[in-house]
Amino acid sequence: MRAQATGTSPAVPAGAPGGELMGGARTVLGLEPEERSAHLRGLPSGLALKLFSAMAHLRAFDERAVILQRQGVIGTYPTYFGEEAVQAASVLALEDRDWLFPTYRQTAVVTLRDCPPEVPLLLWGGHPGGWHDVMRYRVAPICVPVATNYPQAVGAAWGARLRHEGWVALAYGGDGSTSAGDFHEACNLAAVVQAPVVFLVTNNQWAISTPIAKQTRVPRLAEKAAAYGMPGVRVDSFDVFACYAAIKEAAERARQGGGPTLIEAVGYRLGPHGTADEPSLYRDPKADLLWASMEPLGRTQSALVEAGLAAPEELRELRSRAARELRDVGDRLSELPLPSLEEIADSVHRDTPWTLRPERLHEPTWARLE
Amino acid sequence: MVEAIGRALAQVLADDADALLMGEDIGVNGGVFRATAGLQQRFGDDRVIDTPLAEAGFVGAAIGMAMIGLHPIVEIQFDAFVYPAFQQLVAQAGRFRWRTQGKYGLPLVIRLPYGGGTKAPELHSDSPETLFSHMPGLRVVIPSDPRSAGELLLAATRCGDPVIFMEPKRMYRRGRQEVPVEFSASDLEASVVVRPGSDLTLVAYGAMVEVALAAADELAADGVAARVLDLRSIYPLDREQLLAAARDTGRVVVVQEAPRHCGVAAEVAALLQEEAADAMLAPTLRVTGLDMPFPLFQSEDQALPSVPRVLAAARAAIDY
Repeated sequence: MRAQATGTSPAVPAGAPGGELMGGARTVLGLEPEERSAHLRGLPSGLALKLFSAMAHLRAFDERAVILQRQGVIGTYPTYFGEEAVQAASVLALEDRDWLFPTYRQTAVVTLRDCPPEVPLLLWGGHPGGWHDVMRYRVAPICVPVATNYPQAVGAAWGARLRHEGWVALAYGGDGSTSAGDFHEACNLAAVVQAPVVFLVTNNQWAISTPIAKQTRVPRLAEKAAAYGMPGVRVDSFDVFACYAAIKEAAERARQGGGPTLIEAVGYRLGPHGTADEPSLYRDPKADLLWASMEPLGRTQSALVEAGLAAPEELRELRSRAARELRDVGDRLSELPLPSLEEIADSVHRDTPWTLRPERLHEPTWARLE
Repeated sequence: MVEAIGRALAQVLADDADALLMGEDIGVNGGVFRATAGLQQRFGDDRVIDTPLAEAGFVGAAIGMAMIGLHPIVEIQFDAFVYPAFQQLVAQAGRFRWRTQGKYGLPLVIRLPYGGGTKAPELHSDSPETLFSHMPGLRVVIPSDPRSAGELLLAATRCGDPVIFMEPKRMYRRGRQEVPVEFSASDLEASVVVRPGSDLTLVAYGAMVEVALAAADELAADGVAARVLDLRSIYPLDREQLLAAARDTGRVVVVQEAPRHCGVAAEVAALLQEEAADAMLAPTLRVTGLDMPFPLFQSEDQALPSVPRVLAAARAAIDY
């Protein structure tokens, strides 16, 4: 593994607002062409294409989800357009036995563990079939609101250590989540007990309409790690290879007993917060244009071709195939019957109390005394 | 009661390799109430774990542990210290099984010493059971004496879903009682008639059971046979025993230490009103704490339900 063969990003779009924000971020795609190609060719066989395929799948899922929302098939949906690199890297850098603790923004990572895409789409469609099988995929239910997943990931990882099971946990979040108390308590606890956990914070500079400057006086979130006594790493969130190396390194350190790591994957939220959000109300659309060149799929595609690892048409075909696989997913959403209210009520407790028995769900919910 | 809880915890740790205890000062110190005294020495610091002072963090961590199959039993040091963990409990723990379509649960017990009457500082005397019984997916259980504490705690650890196990700390060192060498789990949803009677039912739980029993003694001197029903399960309520009380006695007084508004007593009264109105000979009356912060301790005895207050309500129900 060439985890160390990454440079520090000079790859800030010229004139981008807050371009300083990318400073110190590890990069592969920002290296000089020869170095970059050498890094890619040094990766384990097939890995670069696997990462690209995972990104293509995530992009296809996200695009399809937005279409389905516009068609009224699903409800409001939090797009992750632009975060395909960091998300794909997070799943591929871990082992299948490692646990993931996603937020609503990582709704599709479970599909990289072979969960059918219908499942997370059903969740956004308001159907309980959208709850994926937590134990099967070792992916916790998505967390809403953000930051509640951090302490849970710490507990799971700590449990793995107590049982000497050798797996690690990874918790996702965004820049906004680092302001929450749960983030602080989780980082502190993880470091104290040396839990094998990776905190993967994607700093896209915006929490809905709140810019990072209104979130914290510490613009480099990775620096917060020092206060907890754990390593902090900055990485270009648009760079799948740099993300992969940083996450792999943190996970392996955790696995070997080296404790937690805070990774700040820094970038910019290329899209809106979600389908109900209108960014032009609060940020300059010109900034979006400046950052658009960082769009991760295109950057990865160019680097793979440049390194001679794939032909352009091969990569185009991978992307088309990913889109084709998801083209009809909307039709399949209606195939799963909606459970009855009685069935849903029966899913809250192992032993359903009388208050949730079928006759209690519809008026008259009372009974006259015999 | 506190010794019974310690013994029940030792029994769980000995029988269940996945069980572990977490909380503030519960290790060498044995907890501020000594409920876990000696347990870290006996079971090791991987099973009896001292945590940082951060309830949301360690309750959240316990949720993560329960998710992967451990059986954490968390001690919250004092009632009001659970508030920082409220989000983890009501927005996360209680919803987990529902989020798995009923497939998986969180075997998690939160031990919460609660209530007034111990001359404690502010925010050491709250009774927050209503908060947790109102929010879906949590069970709320409250023992009243050493034996019920041991039996219900054992049952809580086997429930498979999160249980808020509230311990009336005023009873920790009152009311000594013979307990078995090994506790057996009791029915987590069952209330218990702790004193039979046919003229009136006093419904109580936690430390209020003792108050209700004392009131029943005085009523007996007046020739009134008061039944005392120890609720034990706050969510769900034992509907059958409550309806039986209405049917058998026609008069019900509910005693709770918590503030009045939207409290357990209100829920009992609503249940009886909806389902037992025909049997009632008097309105269901409430004797409760006040809708104000629990008073600083020089005034706490005035705010806590007392025998005279229960008697006044009982006589009003009898004379109705």
